[in-house]
Amino acid sequence: MSAIWLRLKELRRYPSAVIGLVVVALLLLMSIYAVVRYPYGKAISLWRAGEVAWLENPRNAAPLWLNWFGADLPPTIVLGSDQARVLENQDLGGGVHRRLLSFSIDYLWRGGFPSEIALFYEASYQRTPPQAVLRWRTPDGREISLGTQTLRESGRYLISGDTTLARRLGGISPQVALFRDPWAKGDQARPLPGRYELLVELYTFDPQATANLKFIAYGRVHGWAGTDHLRRDLTLALLWGAPIAIAFGMTVALTLTFWYLFVSALGAWFGGWVDAVIDRLTELRMILPLLPILIMVGMFWSRSIWIILAVLIVYGLIGGSKSYRAMYLQARASPYIEAARAYGAGNFRIILRYLMPRFLPLSIPAFVQAIPGYVFLEASLAILGLGDPLLPTWGKVIQDAYSRGALYLGYYYWILIPAAMLFITGIGFAFIGFALDRIFNPRLRSL
Amino acid sequence: MYTLVRGLLLFFTVVVAVWLIILIANLGGAMDKIIESQIKEQVGLRLMDPYIQQLPEAERRRLYEEQLEILRREYGLDRPFIERAVRYLLNGITLNFGYAEKVSSDTGSRQVRLILLERLPHTLLLWGTAQFLLFFLSVFVALMLSRRYGSMWDRLVVALAPTSAPPAWFYGIILILIFASLLRVLPYGGFVDAPPPPTRLGYVLSVLKHMILPVLSVIVGAIFASIYSWRTFFLIYSSEDYVELARAKGLTGRAIERRYILRPTLPPIVTNFALMLISVWMGGIITETVFAWPGLGRMLYEAIGHNDTPVIVGANAIYGYLLALSVFLLDIVYAALDPRVRVGATGGQRL
Repeated sequence: MSAIWLRLKELRRYPSAVIGLVVVALLLLMSIYAVVRYPYGKAISLWRAGEVAWLENPRNAAPLWLNWFGADLPPTIVLGSDQARVLENQDLGGGVHRRLLSFSIDYLWRGGFPSEIALFYEASYQRTPPQAVLRWRTPDGREISLGTQTLRESGRYLISGDTTLARRLGGISPQVALFRDPWAKGDQARPLPGRYELLVELYTFDPQATANLKFIAYGRVHGWAGTDHLRRDLTLALLWGAPIAIAFGMTVALTLTFWYLFVSALGAWFGGWVDAVIDRLTELRMILPLLPILIMVGMFWSRSIWIILAVLIVYGLIGGSKSYRAMYLQARASPYIEAARAYGAGNFRIILRYLMPRFLPLSIPAFVQAIPGYVFLEASLAILGLGDPLLPTWGKVIQDAYSRGALYLGYYYWILIPAAMLFITGIGFAFIGFALDRIFNPRLRSL
Repeated sequence: MYTLVRGLLLFFTVVVAVWLIILIANLGGAMDKIIESQIKEQVGLRLMDPYIQQLPEAERRRLYEEQLEILRREYGLDRPFIERAVRYLLNGITLNFGYAEKVSSDTGSRQVRLILLERLPHTLLLWGTAQFLLFFLSVFVALMLSRRYGSMWDRLVVALAPTSAPPAWFYGIILILIFASLLRVLPYGGFVDAPPPPTRLGYVLSVLKHMILPVLSVIVGAIFASIYSWRTFFLIYSSEDYVELARAKGLTGRAIERRYILRPTLPPIVTNFALMLISVWMGGIITETVFAWPGLGRMLYEAIGHNDTPVIVGANAIYGYLLALSVFLLDIVYAALDPRVRVGATGGQRL
């Protein structure tokens, strides 16, 4: 074992392997952070909750750091009742109360308009629901009436989705019409930077009536990874993708590498019918097409990542490896095995203590190099729409984006970030694998 | 005698493989219930016709049962699953594919043979082109690099080899993003423009245009690892003693390459080429899906989606046969190309 350890230390001499090790270490840290920050159950419930859990997030927003490169896109602005200034407060008698609230927004982003604007409300009352008269004041002093809303219990007035308002504003979407620079030349609408005000005249009709308002101007950038079509923060998916990819790839690769090492030794050592059966099974596995089988399992049985993992391992358990078998057959005749037999070592002692350890170093690069394959296999299934129904994975994010036309609509971040994560993971392991191959394969050493 | 036993064993392996595919495709018979309920719904819809609706209750009942019986016979549900499984197996093994249950060809045929044949040219065209280019390009470049071992290019290829860890579809998406979405010079996917160009030349050019990105994605996804492995392979062989001897004799580099390096490395090259040909047949299910390429891989995916057992079994049986056949042929080709194996084969079963 210490010999292997010494060899592993040689990795330091390969710059690519050092990069790979750093990448894998970062991924491991990310996995730990993901699992601690969002435990399994919480991650699933957040990811599957639908829009309810993410109401304050914009739809299809790009990552925040796009602004570092001069995009100048607005983030989401949320203003609650407590952030509104009360300009007037009158008792009109007979239980009727009038308040004038002002929500002020400093809009300084020149790169784009908000994606949506909405007013959320929560009201309690006895008989008559509160009424809100809405006005919009632009930095250059224009005032636009946004109509009157009846605040029944709780709900949302999606200002940007109000088609009547849009028609009144000249057929332009309200979120553009309200923020545009009216003197801008050219066809392209430009936002006018400055302080905007939403004036709300709130009428309540009984002394106990309350109305809570929240104004949201949804932005075009959000978080480290942006959001998807369901307003979900993609950071969650990116974080959780790491532990899933690593656990999935490592489990399959580790199990199967040791199994092949063991079962091929078994066949080569015992020979005869044991060898024949194992070799036939190996050929059977070569003929069984893996991807169609996984697709069938996914479509007819279960898409759970744990079931797919189990199927992959069961598939791998059919037979051994042809190349290990050939190496074992050669080793079987070596003098040191002869010596072991001479002192009376049993079959399994020879297999476990003499045959397998000799080829263990050779299987280490194979193990590391197999990991990216399984990571991408999971992503491949996700691309076909057969990803795990509960957990967010990188492949599933790519599939969501791809099937919703992210490439046509220009939401490149939606595909590029998870793709980059997959790529980095794959390359990281491959870097280490290639270097290990050179360390443990003496023939490759000088090449 | 050895060849015969080997052939029989491989055939038996194919039978077992096809049998397993049938079991998985049918979930051991649980699929019958799903099909049964689909049939009932279908019959129910058929009887919604106003003319039938005014018939007396008993008559309607009788029609329902009758239609149900016809459809059940059509899907083979009147027989137990085991019996049908045997039939699927026999049909698959004898390459007598019969009729698909749900999938049909673009011309509307239900014959599995026609469905497979219709998609085959597309897959062969795309994957044949991609794999041939990949194979010859990487062997050629590898030979050049092994000559200039340690040069800047050589080290570059070695450094880039890990980029082949992601599969072709992954690069496909990135290439679509660059060339279709950002630059808008190549199509997102598909086989030919819609509507297809009227002239023959226009049609061919349109197909070629649609082929560029998928072919490129296959090549980009594998080229560096492929070059790397061939290069290493050639280098190992060119450090053999007999090559040193040839060099000492003063033979030219080209003669050494042809006689002393390429000759002994021919069997593995042939093996690789044969395995490549098989992979061409299956194509890439996912790459074809990503590029909306109407090939066999995507058809197999659709057939699985419809749980069309005859098509699934048919496609996999051919695949199994081809793989087994190539394993078998390789045994023979090896013996023909490599005298050492020939001696070993006749020299008894030592190892």
